Amino acid sequence: MTTTSQARVARPAPALDVDTLVADASIGIVVCCGSGGVGKTTTAAALGLRAAEAGRRVVVLTIDPARRLAQSLGLTELDNTPRPVTDIDASAGGSLHAMMLDMKRTFDEVVITHADPDKAEQILANPFYQAVSSSFAGTQEYMAMEKLGQLKASEGSPDAPWDLIVVDTPPSRSALDFLDAPNRLGSFLDGRFIRLLTAPAKAGGRAGLKVFGVGVQIVTSTMTKILGGQMLTDVQTFVNALDTMFGGFRERADETYRLLSEEGTAFLVVAAPERDALREASYFVDRLEADGMPLAGLVVNRIGRVEATGLTPSKALAVAEALEDGNGPKSATTAAGLLRLHADLVRTAQRQHELADRFSRAHPEIPVVHVPALGRDVHDLAGLREIGAALAAS
Amino acid sequence: MTTDWGQARLHVVTGKGGTGKTTVASAMSLALASTPGRVLLTEVEGRQGISQTFDVPPLGTEETRVVRLPGGGEVDGLSVEPKAALLEYLQLFYKLGRAGRLLEKFGAIDFATTIAPGVRDVLLIGKVYEANRRRRDGRHRGDAPLTYDALVLDAPPTGRIGRFLSVNSEVADLARVGPIHSQAESITRLLQSEQTVVHLVTLLEEMPVQETLEAVDELRSKGFRPASIIVNMVRRPLLEDAAIGQALAGRLHKPSIRTQLTEAGVTVTPELVDGLLAEARDHAQRVDLEREQRALLEEAGLPIVELPLLPDGVDSGSVRELADVLLPHFAHEQVPA
Repeated sequence: MTTTSQARVARPAPALDVDTLVADASIGIVVCCGSGGVGKTTTAAALGLRAAEAGRRVVVLTIDPARRLAQSLGLTELDNTPRPVTDIDASAGGSLHAMMLDMKRTFDEVVITHADPDKAEQILANPFYQAVSSSFAGTQEYMAMEKLGQLKASEGSPDAPWDLIVVDTPPSRSALDFLDAPNRLGSFLDGRFIRLLTAPAKAGGRAGLKVFGVGVQIVTSTMTKILGGQMLTDVQTFVNALDTMFGGFRERADETYRLLSEEGTAFLVVAAPERDALREASYFVDRLEADGMPLAGLVVNRIGRVEATGLTPSKALAVAEALEDGNGPKSATTAAGLLRLHADLVRTAQRQHELADRFSRAHPEIPVVHVPALGRDVHDLAGLREIGAALAAS
Repeated sequence: MTTDWGQARLHVVTGKGGTGKTTVASAMSLALASTPGRVLLTEVEGRQGISQTFDVPPLGTEETRVVRLPGGGEVDGLSVEPKAALLEYLQLFYKLGRAGRLLEKFGAIDFATTIAPGVRDVLLIGKVYEANRRRRDGRHRGDAPLTYDALVLDAPPTGRIGRFLSVNSEVADLARVGPIHSQAESITRLLQSEQTVVHLVTLLEEMPVQETLEAVDELRSKGFRPASIIVNMVRRPLLEDAAIGQALAGRLHKPSIRTQLTEAGVTVTPELVDGLLAEARDHAQRVDLEREQRALLEEAGLPIVELPLLPDGVDSGSVRELADVLLPHFAHEQVPA
């Protein structure tokens, strides 16, 4: 079945070889991205484990792992610090650390590190800061980027023995959010309205007003009416307090973005074999190409697994029907059930392969690997190894 | 457990991404409209999911009919967009004119709708709040019958639902006075009243179930009413319970299955039988996991409604199939005068 559907592609998609990828010592960052619910976190964890057992010193940055997956890595709490994963096979000289991102804490740490103590305290207590740091759309992406920068910067120190960082990206509708969010936060901080709020204070009142003219008064008085003066004052305090750090924020976001476009980075796009997820993957691939980002390939995750070969769905259904009509023994009903199940699996897998093939026709040069669906959710290292082996088995 | 929504008029539908929240909200609107009644279905994430589900042109900021049912019921659709909602709101209360354009020019509208936390959500729910109170003469008080018999809100995903619905506390903290503040308060009163219930859409998988249970707890602790768990994409059982148990334990009787297949005319090879048994084991493991997740869901103490997996995906016809399944749970509802 696999062969017939692939035969329709003029040139079959090249195979993605993750073992060669992670064996390449010049690769220092692998980013797993894709739309929500496609299994990015599990893929990142499985790849990290496989690389570690092949001898790399790996840290996996996860964003929002399922509880069992977190437990399988020995992560019991969200403490924002890489923890060593024990029980891995370290005979090849590798090691594995894993961490969960705590976005609020990461933001707080940035403030504490880059502002003097008085100012830091003022920022942390500001209600507007508290809201932005825990809920602003994009904060999670920005902080993932920030954390990635930190992990890279600390690399090689005694507490940070890694040479390969595997990053999971935040769950979002669009895979592009991860690339866009830092810029969005940056443009918020540099935005015209924020400058307007802060300008009068900076320019010493009158001068600022002169620059902006009557418009400013109308705008600020309307905003005051709508939102209440207190909120604007809070925003002003927040922005003024952050002001000294603006340069730092933007610079580091830009730096991390540059890091992502360098040779030592590889993007893995993860998609479920469904129309929407593959469409997102397609957008993402186009975007990576447009931005000159290094794309390693596509992981089509959780493809239905067909294990019985040589029986078409229509034949299986016809036989099942005959068996059910025959007033046979219990085993006839069971055999019919097995045949119906088989027909379902083959049809689903055919549809999934067709969707994956459609992607490859649009992007013929992109290496692809298909990872079969497992019967159960992954909840231990053995499960992650199984997925790692499937990732490498193309 | 019975599904009696009592006084509910506003049905909020949430679920983890990928669980089919929009499809379920659409099917629920159809079920509610079949009483017959007039139902407003609102989406707030700008995804045009309603237009895709019902196969109608993209929705704008005007309430537009998307379906008329044979019995006289109808579903109107609305895609709320925060920028337009804010400008409309400002126009309504402040007759802004030039200042509105200035706000836009200075990026203040962007600021208020994308950055200022909570304001966006107040504006989004604000539209639903207004539609809920509107009467057929367009006024918001008086004796005229209400415009809508029921409202369905395709709300943000489970991870954000608690915060989305509790706009009051957040906005009251940030905007302590002013009309946004007072509107946030009225909205919260509606959302915490018996008029509002929340339905959580999930799949029988670990992550969605975990998030659903967390959301139920969060909603309850914040004073909202989770009313049902809707399990979407439930696969029909293909093996009997006894066979599932045997498959799970690897004890399906190979010789008798081989005999049955051979007698029915299948060219049986050892690989074929082993393959079928392996497929049965995978399936049984999945069924077992689903039962485990289903048992976890039952701990929430809410009615559980199951919707079947539609093998060929969702279109405007299959939404009606799902609506038929929901019908017994929603159509008996008495529309308040």
